[in-house]
Amino acid sequence: MLRDRSNLLVGFLLPIALILLFGYGLSFDVKNAPVAIVIDEPSLAARELVAGVEGSSYLASRRVGTLAEAERLLGDGKVDAIVHVPVDFLRQRGRGAAQVQLVLNGIDSVTATTLEAYIAGALGKAMEHRFDRGQGTAHGAGQIVLVQRIWFNETSNSTWYLVPGLVVLIMTLVGAFLTSLLVAREWERGTLESLFVTPVRPIEIVIAKLAPYVLVGLVDLAMCLLAARLLFDVPIRGSLVAVLLSSTMYLVVSLLLGLFISGTTRNQFAASQVALLTSFMPAMMLSGFVFDLRNVPLGVQVAAQVVPATHFMALIKTLFLAGTDWPMVARSCLILGGYALVLLFATRRTLRKRLD
Amino acid sequence: MSVAAPGELLPRKRPVVVARDLRKVFTGPDAVPFDALRDVHFEVAPGTLTALVGPDGAGKTTLMRMIAGLLHPDGGTLEVLGLDVRHEAQAVQNRISYMPQRFGLYEDLSIQENLDLYADLHGVSKETRAERFPRLLAMTDLARFTARPAGQLSGGMKQKLGLACTLVRVPDLLLLDEPSVGVDPLSRRDLWTIIEQMIAEEGLSVLVSTAYMDEAERCERVHVFNKGEQLAQGTPQELRTRVAGLTWVASPRSEEPARDLQARLIDASERIVDAVPSGGEVRYIRRPEVTDEQLDDLVGDRVARPREEELEDAFMLLLREHESDRNQVPGPSADVAGDEVRSGSSTSAAKDEAPIIEVRDLVRRFGDFTAVASTSFDVRRGEIFGLLGPNGAGKTTTFRMLCGLLPATSGHLEVAGVNLRTARATARRRIGYVAQKFALYANLSVRENLEFFGGAYGLRGRALRDRIRVIEAQFELDPHAQSGILPHGYKQRLAMAAGLIHEPRILFLDEPTSGIDPLARRAFWRTITQLSQSGVTIIVTTHFMEEAEYCDRIAIQDAGRLLALGTPRKVREQAGERGRDMNSAFIAIVEQGREASMSREPETEAVS
Amino acid sequence: MNEFAALVFPILTLIRKELLAIFKDPANRIVLFAPAFVQTLLFGYGASFDLTNVPYAVLDQSHSAASSAFLAHLDGTGVFRRQATLSTPGQIAQVIDQGRVIMAISLPSDFADTLAAGGDAPVQLILDGRNSTTAGAASGYIAAVATAFNARRSGGGGITLVRRAWFNPNLESRWQIVPAMIATLSMLQTLLLAALSVAREREQGTFDQLLVTPLTPLQILVGKAIPSIMIGMLQSSIVLMIALFWFQIPMSGSIALLYLGLLGFTGAAVGIGMSLSALALNMQQAMLYTFLVIMPLTLLSGLITPVRNMPQVLQIATYVNPLRFGVDLVRRVYLEGAGLGDIYPDFIPMFAVAAVTLPLAAWLFRHRLA
Repeated sequence: MLRDRSNLLVGFLLPIALILLFGYGLSFDVKNAPVAIVIDEPSLAARELVAGVEGSSYLASRRVGTLAEAERLLGDGKVDAIVHVPVDFLRQRGRGAAQVQLVLNGIDSVTATTLEAYIAGALGKAMEHRFDRGQGTAHGAGQIVLVQRIWFNETSNSTWYLVPGLVVLIMTLVGAFLTSLLVAREWERGTLESLFVTPVRPIEIVIAKLAPYVLVGLVDLAMCLLAARLLFDVPIRGSLVAVLLSSTMYLVVSLLLGLFISGTTRNQFAASQVALLTSFMPAMMLSGFVFDLRNVPLGVQVAAQVVPATHFMALIKTLFLAGTDWPMVARSCLILGGYALVLLFATRRTLRKRLD
Repeated sequence: MSVAAPGELLPRKRPVVVARDLRKVFTGPDAVPFDALRDVHFEVAPGTLTALVGPDGAGKTTLMRMIAGLLHPDGGTLEVLGLDVRHEAQAVQNRISYMPQRFGLYEDLSIQENLDLYADLHGVSKETRAERFPRLLAMTDLARFTARPAGQLSGGMKQKLGLACTLVRVPDLLLLDEPSVGVDPLSRRDLWTIIEQMIAEEGLSVLVSTAYMDEAERCERVHVFNKGEQLAQGTPQELRTRVAGLTWVASPRSEEPARDLQARLIDASERIVDAVPSGGEVRYIRRPEVTDEQLDDLVGDRVARPREEELEDAFMLLLREHESDRNQVPGPSADVAGDEVRSGSSTSAAKDEAPIIEVRDLVRRFGDFTAVASTSFDVRRGEIFGLLGPNGAGKTTTFRMLCGLLPATSGHLEVAGVNLRTARATARRRIGYVAQKFALYANLSVRENLEFFGGAYGLRGRALRDRIRVIEAQFELDPHAQSGILPHGYKQRLAMAAGLIHEPRILFLDEPTSGIDPLARRAFWRTITQLSQSGVTIIVTTHFMEEAEYCDRIAIQDAGRLLALGTPRKVREQAGERGRDMNSAFIAIVEQGREASMSREPETEAVS
Repeated sequence: MNEFAALVFPILTLIRKELLAIFKDPANRIVLFAPAFVQTLLFGYGASFDLTNVPYAVLDQSHSAASSAFLAHLDGTGVFRRQATLSTPGQIAQVIDQGRVIMAISLPSDFADTLAAGGDAPVQLILDGRNSTTAGAASGYIAAVATAFNARRSGGGGITLVRRAWFNPNLESRWQIVPAMIATLSMLQTLLLAALSVAREREQGTFDQLLVTPLTPLQILVGKAIPSIMIGMLQSSIVLMIALFWFQIPMSGSIALLYLGLLGFTGAAVGIGMSLSALALNMQQAMLYTFLVIMPLTLLSGLITPVRNMPQVLQIATYVNPLRFGVDLVRRVYLEGAGLGDIYPDFIPMFAVAAVTLPLAAWLFRHRLA
C-alpha cells in the first residue's frame, strides 16, 4: 500500500510541509508592529508619555508630524496604529482628565487587540513612572501593580500552542483523508470483489488495511515530536507514554472514520470530500486548535464536543505544555475508545461480503 | 480455515451447484424493479466445464455473484457444494475460487507479490506454494516478469495473472466471469489451455461465462441466457441440432464484396436469421419456416450450399427468436440509414482515387520502448480499413497518432492531406472519432450529448436540430435517456452518432465492438458498410478477427511492427494452410512474426 | 461577425455542457453549495478570537474592602466570570490544569494595607498559556481594568487611553473572518472543481474526443474556465449574502469593485486548478495535488494569522498566492471601502498568476500525454 506514490505524498510530504508551515509560518505574535506617534503640542510630559511606546520591543514606532499624515499611513496599511497626544494634553492633564487617542486598523482585529494591549501597557508604564517621580506617594493613593505569570507558555509564544495542535491535524489527515480513499479505491478497481471470495473475514480485511496507516501515522507523530523539540523548542512536559497512548488511540479513531466513510460512499471523489468536510475541517476549526471554544455560542460548543478531535486536542495541549494529568488522560482515552468501538462496528457493517 | 476435505462430504456424483426457481430483482436506474434473473433451473456437474452464454444484461454475472455468495437470491433455492449459500456464504467462499470480470489485481504490486497476497488470503502453505507457483507461472508464461508491477502488464497478461491468482489453490468450484473479454486471440488461446490443463490435472469443476461461441463449444454443458431468462441448455451437440438444416453458405458473384451480399441477406430479417462474411463467402442461417423458393430471389444465381451447423448458429437463432417474442428488434433500421447514403454508386469509382490517409515510416517511441516501429500504409477513399493485432501491439498508438492525439517520433503522416497534430482546427472537422470506451458525458441525456458534439463541430441553430433529429432516428436513440445508464450496445450507438454528427469524411473507430453482444455487432457492421457505400472512409481496430472479413483491407500489427497488409483473402493466403479462417490466420501470422524476430535478434527491422 | 460567432458559439456549447454535467448530478448540487452555507455560519460563529467569557478563579487572602472593590470591578465588566473561589495557593494549579479557568488572580494578605499606605500592591495573575492568544487577550482586559481601578482611586488624575478602531469599531474578529471567507471558501471549491474538470474527462476518455473536435485549446480553456469561475462567483455571493444579512456586517465599499476583485481572484484560482488538472492523469491525482496546494495557500493567506508575522522568506513566497491578495482585497473593499486606486496593487499578482497558469493549462492539454 505504501508503494502508491500519491499515498506517500499525503502520508509524509504533507505532514512535513505542515510542520514547517505551522512552526515557522504561522504566528499570532505581534513583533515590530509599525506604530505612528503624533504629538500635536510638544511638551516634556508628552514625550515622557510616549517614551514607553518608543521603547517597546514589540512596537516599531515613528514620529509623524500631523494626524492627517498618520491617518494616510494607516489607510495605506503602512502603520497598524496611531498614538495621538492631542493639543490640550498638558492643560487637561493638569485638570486630571487627560486623554490619549489610539487609532487602530480594525481589519485585522486580532492584531489590533494585541496592539491595544501592548500600547496600553507601554503608556501605563510611563504613567506610573511619571507618578512615582512627580507626585510620589504624596497623592496618598496606592496603585495596583499587575504581576503576570503565564503558565505552560512563559513567553506567550503562539508556536507553542500551534505545534501540539498540529499533531491532531496530521493524525486526522493521515487517518481520515488517506483511508477514505482506500476502500473506495478498492471498490472502484474491483479488488474487493476478489477479496470477498476468499476465506478472509471482513474484520481481518479491516485490520490488515489499517496496519500500514497506523505505521505512517506513528512515523508522522515521531516527526512532529522531534520537530517540536528540536526545531521549535516546544517542551513536551507530559509523559511520553501518555502522548503515544493517546495519539495512537486518536489515530485509530481517525483511521476508522476514514474507513467508514470510504466503505459507505464507495467512490473516491465523494469519499475525499466527505472526509475533508467531516474530519479535517472540524479538526482545524472546531476542535479548539486556534479558536478558543470558550468564545463560541452554545450550539457550536455542543457541535464541537461531538468531534473526536476536540477531546484529543485538549489532551495533547495539556500533555505538551502542562504535564501528565492522568485522570484527564484516562477520560479522553475512554471517550476515544468509545468512538473507536462505534466506528469499528459501523465499518464492519459497510464491509459486509455482499454486493447488494 | 477450510471446513473439511471435499471428497469426504461430497459424493462424487452430486452436482456442485443446484439452483431451483432462482430469482433476483434489481432496481433499475428509473427506480423501477426488474428481474435480473428469473425461473432459473441450473446444475453444474462435478469435474466438468460448464458455460454460461448470452448477450449483455443476460444475467450471467448476477448468477456468478449469487453462486459466490456476494448477492442474495430474491427467490428460489441455491445450493453450492451442498451448502445453502444464503446462510453459509463464508463456508462456500472458503472452498471456491472466483475470478470476476475485472479481476482485483493490485496494480502497484508485482506479479509475485500479487500471487503471494492471494496465497496468504487463501491460507496456502509454503510447501504448496513452492510446488504450485512455478507451475502457474510457467503455464501463464509470466515467469520472466515476476518483478513487474501488475499495472504495467498488457490486458492479456493481466487476465492470465488474474487466473493464476485465482488458482493459487485447488478450489472445489472455479467461477470465471468472462475471462476473455478484451483479450486478443493469442492470449485467449493461452487462457483456455490453462483452464483445460487444470481440469485435466486436478479434476476442477468450472463454471465460465463467455461471449465467444468457440469457447462455449469446448464446454460439456452450455446454458444460454438472455435478459434474465434461460433460453436453452444442453451439450453443444444438443444445441447445434436446433439449427440442423438451416445453416448455409453462399459465394458472392465475382467482383461483389462478400459484405454486400451479407448486407443483402441480413436485411431480409423475415427470411434470414443471421449472416456473416467469412473467408470470402457469406455464412447464413435460414428461418425454419422459410422455403427454398422464398430464398431464391435473395440468393439469386449465387452458389449456395449447406454447411455444418455450429454453436454460434444455434445461439443466434435462440436470441433472434427470443428477441422477436419480446417484440424488440435491436439495431438501427436499414431503411432510415439508407436515406443517408449520399451516392451509392460512387463506391467503386471513389476507391481508385489517391489515398486519403498516407503513413510512411511512422515511428513512435516512449523512452526506450518502441510502440510503433517504422510503419507504412495507405488508406484509400471509401475503404474500410482494419487494424488488427494482439494487446499491446501498437494499434491504439498508431490510431492516436492518426487522429492527432499523439505526436509521432518520426515519419510522415497525412490524413486528408494534412497532419492532424499540426493542422488548423478546421481540418479536424473532416474526421469523426469513436474512442474505445465510448467517451460520452454520462450524466447528460442523449440529446444533450449530441447537441454538445454538434456544437463543438460548429453546427448550430436549425442545422444542428435537423441533424440531431436525423441521427437520433438513424440510430434509434431515445433523446431523453441518460447516456450513463444506457445498455452497452446503446452507448456504442450513441458514441457512433456523436462521431458522425458532423458527417465526417473519415471515421476512426477504436475497438467499437469490444464487449458488445453478437446481435448488436451485426447491427453495427451493417451501419458501417452503409457508411462506406456513401463514400466515408473508415479505419477500425478490433479484437474479433472474424470482423476483419467486413474490411476491404486489413493490417496486422505485433510489437509495433506491421506483419501483414492487404485484403482479408490475401492475408489469409499469407498465413498458408493455417489460414482457413481469420482467427487462425491471425494467430499464424503473429507467431510467424515472433519467430522471425527472435531469429533476427538483437535489433529488428520492420516488415512492410 | 460570422467568424466571431464561429469562434464563440463552440465555447458557449462547451460552457453549457460543463454546467449541465455539473448540475445534473444531485450530489454535486449539494456538495457545491451546502458547504458554503454551513461553513460560513460555523466559522462566523465558531472562529472567534474575541474573549466574551473569561472563567477565572480568585485566591483572596486579603479579605478586605479594597480587594472586594477590585473584584467587583472585575465582575462588573461582564467578561470575567468567577468560577472558583480558592482558599490555598495550592488549589491554583488544580483549577488551571483541569482547564476549568484560564486565569487565576491572587490577592496577597497585605493587599489592603499596602494600598492604604500608598504603596504598590501586587496583584498576581496566573494565566493558562496553552492558548497564548486567549491568554494575551485576557491579560490585556485585566490590565485595562486595573488601570481604570487605579484611575478611580487616584481621583481621576490619570490619563485615559481613548481607542478608536477604524473599519471595525468593536474589533470583532467575526468582521475580520467572515469577509475573508468570501474569497477563501469559493477558492477551495473552485480550485477543486477546475482541477477535476479535465482530469475527469481524461479518466472517462472524453478528453480525447474533445481534442479531435475543431475546438482549439484556447476555446477548451475558456469553455472550461468560465463555468468554474461562475460557480466560484456564485459561492462568493452566498457568503456575501450571509455576511450582509445574517451577520449584518456593514459593507463600506462598492459591490461592483468587490465583484471585479473576486473575478480576478477566481480567475487566478481557476488557472491554478486547470494547470493541476492538466498535469494530473486521473481524478485521484487531481484531488491530491489540489489538496497539497490548498493547504499552504490557505495557511499563508493572512486569513488566520497576519502575513506580516511570517518570516521574510515566506512573506515573499506569498506573492504567488492569489488568496493572500484576494483576502486583502475583499477585506479592504468590504470593511474599509477602499477604491480601485487603493487596491489596484492587489490585482497585479493575481493577474500575473492567471496569466501564467491559464496559458500553461492550455498548453498542457495537448502536450501532457496519458
